[in-house]
Amino acid sequence: MNARDEILSRIRHAIGDTPASPPVPRDYHRDAASGPGNVELFAHTVDDYRAQVHRADESTVADIVTGLIEEAARAVVPPDLPLSWRPRGDVVVDGDPAELSTLELDALDVVVTGCTLGIAATGTIVLDGGAGQGRRALTLVPDHHICIVRTDQIVDTVPQAFQALDPTKPLTFISGPSATSDIELNRVEGVHGPRTLDVVIVR
Amino acid sequence: MTTFLGSPTFHPGTGNIRGTESFPDAARKALTDTQLRANLGAATTTIRNKRIAAVAEVDDWEELRRAGSALKADVMSRLPELLVQFEENVTARGGTVHWARDADEANRIVTDLVRATGSDEVVKVKSMATQETGLNEHLEENGIAAIETDLAELIVQLGEDKPSHILVPAIHRNRAEIREIFLNAMPGVDPDITDDPRALAMAARAHLRRKFLSARVAVSGANFGVAETGTLAVVESEGNGRMCLTLPDTLITLMGIEKLIPKFTDLEVFMQLLPRSSTAERMNPYTSMWTGVHPADGPQNFHVILLDNGRTNVLADEVGRSALHCIRCSACLNVCPVYERAGGHAYGSVYPGPIGAILSPQLTGTTGHDDPNASLPFASTLCGACFDACPVRIDIPSILVHLRAEQVDSERHGLPGGQDLAMKAAGFVMGSEKRFAAAETASKVGRLLGGRKGRITSLPYPGSKWTGSRDLPTPPKETFRQWWSRTHEDGEK
Repeated sequence: MNARDEILSRIRHAIGDTPASPPVPRDYHRDAASGPGNVELFAHTVDDYRAQVHRADESTVADIVTGLIEEAARAVVPPDLPLSWRPRGDVVVDGDPAELSTLELDALDVVVTGCTLGIAATGTIVLDGGAGQGRRALTLVPDHHICIVRTDQIVDTVPQAFQALDPTKPLTFISGPSATSDIELNRVEGVHGPRTLDVVIVR
Repeated sequence: MTTFLGSPTFHPGTGNIRGTESFPDAARKALTDTQLRANLGAATTTIRNKRIAAVAEVDDWEELRRAGSALKADVMSRLPELLVQFEENVTARGGTVHWARDADEANRIVTDLVRATGSDEVVKVKSMATQETGLNEHLEENGIAAIETDLAELIVQLGEDKPSHILVPAIHRNRAEIREIFLNAMPGVDPDITDDPRALAMAARAHLRRKFLSARVAVSGANFGVAETGTLAVVESEGNGRMCLTLPDTLITLMGIEKLIPKFTDLEVFMQLLPRSSTAERMNPYTSMWTGVHPADGPQNFHVILLDNGRTNVLADEVGRSALHCIRCSACLNVCPVYERAGGHAYGSVYPGPIGAILSPQLTGTTGHDDPNASLPFASTLCGACFDACPVRIDIPSILVHLRAEQVDSERHGLPGGQDLAMKAAGFVMGSEKRFAAAETASKVGRLLGGRKGRITSLPYPGSKWTGSRDLPTPPKETFRQWWSRTHEDGEK
């Protein structure tokens, strides 16, 4: 018998005539979103995990983003980042003309992207590779990630986020900058992922 | 004699899930290491308090725990159909599914897959499953270097040490010890590096950066696999996980068959329970989820290996099977008075603490009194703190008692052991009022032994079997029956 059939047979034997489980109690908070999420709570929870929170409206996004990039730093953006969000100055576009190699990405300092949603309860932003977000390597290799979140993308709870996400897309959940608690359980921000995370909330 | 834990077809798990000495022997040595006890005590106290605060923020915590528990029970009762569904969905999206009966088979599959890429090096995300199978050692024997990229796992690897905790494998090391390990084993580290955690973390970053950027093959575990969609999830903090899951061309994921959940939206329960229970955060910094292969984004060759390695034995025990509900958060370790003092190494297995005490012996089965894993269900005070802390409500104390009973039952044949004799003697004494009264009088001797400190710290054999590992409180000045006859002169009984 091959391993697959043998393991499945072992499992069937092990569970035998175990009765079907009772229904899963779903009395935890899982109300559908009833409008835009709590922006103030989102700003608070993002800030609480040492990401920097900034506010903008559609007309000031590029200014705010440009101001977050240091003088000599080089920024990269995904090809479909809205033009009104693009920082000024020396900006590389991934995929124009060709996709950047990992080593080329490593030579860049800042990445600017959008996201697919933000979760107020936990201060999490979620990227799914959709419009304005780029591929996963883009938000991983540069040391500084500036992520733009529209207020209408914010949901209140984790269940609301999972209702909205598409599991067939590559999903990255980000809650603050890279961190470790491995030395005496002290939280240290900044290990392998971006050491600086700026979140720009756009009204 | 082998205990088959109720199953006539037993396939013992292999790999790093059984130590070489019994828990009492290993713990006795660990307890003499004052540095270890100080490090562990400080770390577990910190995380315990943080976790309580993180959980208190969630007003539907108990409802989430019940949902998590019920979801896992549902998975166990439908495991064959869910595994087949998972396999279909991974395959449909360009991944390849392999099945491994035990640790050796899993290691062989990984080795063959790495060989096929032509690479002699893999980067690794910390994974309990590969710890369990001893994958790193197996790869090394086959000329493939496995580089751990989680900071704590790297500390353990560079220190030629063993993990001591599920989540924080280097919890038994303090910053000064970690600095020494880096100075000794990390090439190119600044000789003037301080023991500041940030400086140490930055040294690890510099050390691993080049590896990440050049790696062609990565090996990971998985926190969850979703049957409905074939999605896999890895929960982490440092970004080393994202690096491994994103940059190499080939990704090999080893996961236990119990890691499945039915639907993608069921993650809404576990992604609330896991971060707050493990690192006491509202959400961990990074979670990556992927479904098969995503064209032009991330690994283009994806393999997942489904591992049994004794899990079907656990499943066969109706009482013990909920040990498979474990989501490896390690909350039970951090609240356990036994783990806090003895540390993870004393448990022998890669699964330490309360969950390890019920999981390891069920995965391996036990081969009689001298099997180190036979001692694990006794490595507990049964205080119940682990059950209270468990985010999926695994009733660890009840399973411990159940496994103790099985162990005792399995040893009933042959010559009676010390415990049997003690119980028989106690039964004899308590079976008669006169004998019991005589024993109470004799207990006065205990007051003399206890002396002024009020505790008996050493008794002659066979009492030494008890006092060798704990003190005995001295008997009271007067027993209840003596008090009764003194205060009830009419002889009323």
